[in-house]
Amino acid sequence: MSAPSDVLVVGASAAGLAVTESLRRKGYGGRITLLGEEAGAPYDRPPLSKQVLAGTWEAERAQLRTRDVLDALDAELVLGQRAVALDAAARTVRTESGTELRAEAVVLATGLHARRLPGLSGAAGVHVLRTLDDAGRLREELLKAERVVVVGDGVLGAEIAATARLMGVDVTLAGPQKAPMQAQLGDDIAQLLAGLHGEHGVRLRPGSLVDGLETADGRVTGVRTAGGEVLPADLVVAAVGGVPATDWLTGSGLVLRDGVVCDSRCRAAEDIYAAGDVARFHHEGLGRSLRLENRTNATEQAVLVAANILGEDRPYSPVPYFWTDQLGVKLQVYGLPAPGATVHIAEGAVGQGRFVARYLDGEGRPVAVLGWNMPKQARLHRQHLLDRYAPASRSAPAAAPR
Amino acid sequence: MRITVDEEKCCGAGQCVVIAPEVFDQRDEDGIVVLLDAAPAADQYEGARESAGVCPAAAIHLHEDA
Repeated sequence: MSAPSDVLVVGASAAGLAVTESLRRKGYGGRITLLGEEAGAPYDRPPLSKQVLAGTWEAERAQLRTRDVLDALDAELVLGQRAVALDAAARTVRTESGTELRAEAVVLATGLHARRLPGLSGAAGVHVLRTLDDAGRLREELLKAERVVVVGDGVLGAEIAATARLMGVDVTLAGPQKAPMQAQLGDDIAQLLAGLHGEHGVRLRPGSLVDGLETADGRVTGVRTAGGEVLPADLVVAAVGGVPATDWLTGSGLVLRDGVVCDSRCRAAEDIYAAGDVARFHHEGLGRSLRLENRTNATEQAVLVAANILGEDRPYSPVPYFWTDQLGVKLQVYGLPAPGATVHIAEGAVGQGRFVARYLDGEGRPVAVLGWNMPKQARLHRQHLLDRYAPASRSAPAAAPR
Repeated sequence: MRITVDEEKCCGAGQCVVIAPEVFDQRDEDGIVVLLDAAPAADQYEGARESAGVCPAAAIHLHEDA
């Protein structure tokens, strides 16, 4: 097939920008439009819960590219314009101002919205963290706060708790799991992380379902757990997950199921692709659909989508990867630690505060690798996972012909 | 081409090392990027460009005209 004459990328964060850059790197000379909801230049999200929240970086430092680099892309940036509808057959996107943008190929990279629970809203002093503006508002209040409760014990909640603690705030981390990031790390390593948070004075409330807020004069004063305990707080952060930003695609004809459903080529429909947090794709190596909310997925998937737009027809079957930095510890996780996987220390030692762990499934096959303050060594162990995730390991059917 | 890296931004993912091992490495102790060749030969340009593009911390800067 020939390359499309123009490409419209909806979403101007890491994935959308990477599609644009990758198309240009491959020599694509057609017109590219990059449409973004936020008014500012594209920025990176991992620093929001760390350096930006802590104030060690100015907001500008989180920008993904300098103005010069963006200009050199020769793409039309349409920023501060939210997409509100897609006509998939006509590949036309309408924005909130009524503008219609049309292209021969469309990429959906609208990411996530922070999940807001009805029981956790409606009072002053309650925050979510997804955007740069969110981070600025949260930082301002953290500087004045005495007691913060972070609701949500996933990656983001654990990072916010860690950052707030290093800022000297009294922090309670409450969530339903036995230990923070249990879903991402498995039981054993999550307990180590709980220990790290405890050593730094983070109060942990594992196994806590949050029932609602206590308020006075419209401002939060505490978080009420299902067990009847009240955790006092003058600031609450709800880090209870993200929701794929697909509301605007309702009625578009695309299949939406916890994300934009795509084939193994990350194609949602003829000449329509999805990349990043919003994309649910068929992973041929695992033989199932998967949606990944991590930073490297945004760019890796974007690079693949750019290749497929230009006719390469490659499946996307990554070894999932994420990192997190908390309380002086760098964690790198490759693969998906399955519940019940057994953990073996492959290098270093837990007692030394540096190790690489391998997760084995019931048949002794490696399913994941974790580095605890050993980023390089963890990456070198990643090769043991390639068989598990490579498409050749299963005879999955190819994507639908086009 | 001239390459600079921002060690403070680097998150230690090591994707650059996988893509362009003649240009980038990682420190053993903390995984931070080590720039092996700040002015690589032309046959390394593609790898350097891809590394800068996919770096999940936006820590690699290329100066194409330098």
